Amino acid sequence: MLKKLHKYANPNKFILVVMPIKNICIYAAVFLIALGLVLGLFFSPPDYQQGETVRIMYIHVSSAWMSLFAYVLIFFLSVSYLIWKFPLFVLIAKEIPFVAIIFTLITLITGSLWGKPTWGTYWVWDARLTSFLILLFIYLGLIFIDKTFKYNANGDLSFSYLSIVGAINIPIIKFSVDWWNTLHQPASVIRAGGPSISVEMLIPLMIMSFGIFLLFIYLVLTNIQSAIDERKFLFLSSKD
Amino acid sequence: MFLKNKKLKRFSFLVVACLSISLATFFVLKALDEKIVFFYTPSKLLEKKDDKLEYIRVGGLVKEKSISYSDDGLNVNFMITDNKKFVNVMFRGILPDLFRENQGVVVEGKFNREKKIFFANKVLAKHDENYMPPEIHKALEEEK
Repeated sequence: MLKKLHKYANPNKFILVVMPIKNICIYAAVFLIALGLVLGLFFSPPDYQQGETVRIMYIHVSSAWMSLFAYVLIFFLSVSYLIWKFPLFVLIAKEIPFVAIIFTLITLITGSLWGKPTWGTYWVWDARLTSFLILLFIYLGLIFIDKTFKYNANGDLSFSYLSIVGAINIPIIKFSVDWWNTLHQPASVIRAGGPSISVEMLIPLMIMSFGIFLLFIYLVLTNIQSAIDERKFLFLSSKD
Repeated sequence: MFLKNKKLKRFSFLVVACLSISLATFFVLKALDEKIVFFYTPSKLLEKKDDKLEYIRVGGLVKEKSISYSDDGLNVNFMITDNKKFVNVMFRGILPDLFRENQGVVVEGKFNREKKIFFANKVLAKHDENYMPPEIHKALEEEK
């Protein structure tokens, strides 16, 4: 059964299959993000404690989820690469950090702007904030490894192993608010006992998150496309 | 060896690697547990016996009817509690907007054990995981 999928591990076949998906992704992403922003900024109610400040959540939370999910993707792609040795897996994995680091930065910046009016400070060194900053550094490390070994096959292995080591940070980020006292609140949506956020706020948040997910897919696919083109170009020019 | 299959061999190597990384991280975090917590509860603070006047953070709820302002309105005095013990806090400065009775706060400063007063340099407000429109909150309050 799995053998049938093997032909898609060929980068050229993969590109042909994926390109229509890419175009659908960008249109859907623009639509969903616009819809989510309009609903979140104008049609959702203010919070009973935080008032209008709560609207930062629609950007902050959705990009935080994206940064975490992107890492989970990198982890599974790296593991698959190390087991099956299909170059396509690591080719995809190596393009993800460039996009994911943007969402990590957005999360940190919007979180900081949200912290000032609610907590009374831009930054504290509590477990959640610190572990999220470490995620930014891990993404930076992955990008540097990719750059360092740009045209060297060792880069694929180094990248995969480093990303597996860094993956331990993901459960730490998720559960930091439960394991230690933090200034950051505990989880509101993905928690035991269901979401503790009202439906009027949950719907724009979900729309935003899905839109940002599609935007992420679009950006990563664009990167993969140019990475494959670059390899072809290098291969052809090395023949002369 | 019993692991003839190459992929199975690589897979088991990765499983062992992941387990060792998790175990190592677990022990590191366990050892640093005291340092990672952002604040102590009032009970923990009063339990601690070392009498050094160290810079510390204490978190809890602002006790009901415990907030009092000085005549010039700049100094504020309140108690924070974890529903078991409470700590008297003195603070001079601007309070965050979310500061009110029964609100979670974290105060940063020094605890004077003889006078049993916490001199805070900074007051940070916490908010919990509940998000709802004001009308629903009002309805919930009336139901109580």
